[in-house]
Amino acid sequence: MSILVFIEQRDGRVRPVSKEALGEATRLAGALGGPVVAVCPAAADPGLAALGSAGAERAILCAHPGFAAYHATGYARAVAEAAAAVAPAAILFGNSAMARDLAPRVAARLDAGLASDCVALAAEGGKLIATRPVFAGKAIQRLTFRGRPALVSLRPKAFAPVERPGLSAAVETQPVADDRSFARVRVTGIAGAASGKPDLTESEIIVSGGRGLKGPENFKLIEELADALGATVGASRAVVDAGWRPHADQVGQTGKTVSPKLYVAVGISGAIQHLAGMSSSRCIVAINKDPEAPIFKVADYGLIGDLFEVVPALTSAVRRLNAQHV
Amino acid sequence: MKQVVCVKQVPDTETRVKVGPDGKGLDPAGVTWVLNPYDEFAVEEALRQREKQGEGEVIAISLGGPGVQTTLRNALALGADRAIHLRADGTSEPLAVARALAAELRGLGADLVWFGKQAVDDDQAQVGPMVAELLELPCATAISTLALEGGRARVEREIEGGREVVELELPAVLTADKGLNEPRYASLKGIMAAKKKPIEEKPASLGEPRLEILALELPAPRKAGRVVGQGVGAVDELVRLLREEAKAL
Repeated sequence: MSILVFIEQRDGRVRPVSKEALGEATRLAGALGGPVVAVCPAAADPGLAALGSAGAERAILCAHPGFAAYHATGYARAVAEAAAAVAPAAILFGNSAMARDLAPRVAARLDAGLASDCVALAAEGGKLIATRPVFAGKAIQRLTFRGRPALVSLRPKAFAPVERPGLSAAVETQPVADDRSFARVRVTGIAGAASGKPDLTESEIIVSGGRGLKGPENFKLIEELADALGATVGASRAVVDAGWRPHADQVGQTGKTVSPKLYVAVGISGAIQHLAGMSSSRCIVAINKDPEAPIFKVADYGLIGDLFEVVPALTSAVRRLNAQHV
Repeated sequence: MKQVVCVKQVPDTETRVKVGPDGKGLDPAGVTWVLNPYDEFAVEEALRQREKQGEGEVIAISLGGPGVQTTLRNALALGADRAIHLRADGTSEPLAVARALAAELRGLGADLVWFGKQAVDDDQAQVGPMVAELLELPCATAISTLALEGGRARVEREIEGGREVVELELPAVLTADKGLNEPRYASLKGIMAAKKKPIEEKPASLGEPRLEILALELPAPRKAGRVVGQGVGAVDELVRLLREEAKAL
């Protein structure tokens, strides 16, 4: 038996979620059986041998010029073919935008079960048990698999990578056949140039604003605090629905579920669908003028006050702190 | 153009989740059931494309117990032409649902098959792309824009740090993200008309399950926090606590 790990690369760089998945694969390998095998569809080798230091013993490169950008059907076929060759007990994906598109296709192709966005995995008596939030975190589901392989996607930041300095993976190449699918769908580019900020789901610190800000122009206060903290900006559903912020910023049940190290909620009262999306954050700070706001029930630290005074003061205090620690 | 929208009935997002007596699923007592919020964007976009082209058919499909007919009526009230109810008891896992939908879709010959990007109950986000794979169709998930031209679709989907631009040949499967459009409300006229529109009922062919739910549990409640203070005067104390106690800065 083995564990297969999908390696996501963009522009020749392996993404951190894939190293987190490799790390978890090494922890499961003892119970489910090794080795840990990486599979990577790409136009050219993104340096797969180096994944040895992240836990891969072998790496399968599925090289095709059509894989310079993500290609759903081609990637699915390549991963399924690698699975047929390796006969893994499990296939792990990091739960990224790519994996959400790809992993279900691979599961359907292999007629196998998939558990999405898992936050913990365990092997009990040779069976894989997956733990995953449902209802955006209002409840936790535990499930297992009938038949092999078991497919799982792992929530970003919920699993730690491993460091095995000096080890390298044995790289082999799996041919990729041409077919009509390459003509039927293709990624033609990436719009909305990267801000350099990590995605909300991959952020260590998030500062979110709500209706208490009174207008989109006042999000400047949130952005300044976020800059000082090195944080990503989030938003409540109310302000996204009002058009103040893009949907990509929304935290909650019809937005993103996040688990950062620090979550600062500013002018957010704490509707149940918002709380569902951020309650698994390690530390929560709430700033709100209403002492009865439900957000204070989940906040580790609450500050009652006018955000238009408190937030600039907090931004200055964080900047002073940063200046001391340069 | 023929479009099929696959919709799911889910608990309203304001629902306080309680675990049912079997310890594996939701206690349905007191739950308000609604059309899955992401499916609203899918229904809306299908209707807009039909309106733009001035012709075509929009068919809504849902899988589940008798209750899902309420959700199908809702889709009909919004403007879908007819509906198909695939009967199944209890909850079904994504792959089983995908198999049943794919079996039905094979006979329908749709140009576009729509889903919401995920259902807000089990959050698996799997059925759309699974159906695409089973039918060997191109697919783009979680799209926030769509342009249709000459049998091709051009869409954008959010990825980490940007939006991926994808071109697909029809027929294709698309799953809708929030932001794709602003869904309409059903009009009184639409609600009246929906009563006369047909809902075809047939059994779902689900096949063998691949997942087994072991338990549904509520997360451990967060420990009660504390109010650091009021106003600007409490900011320094907040920063000190974040640094020294929470070690979050």
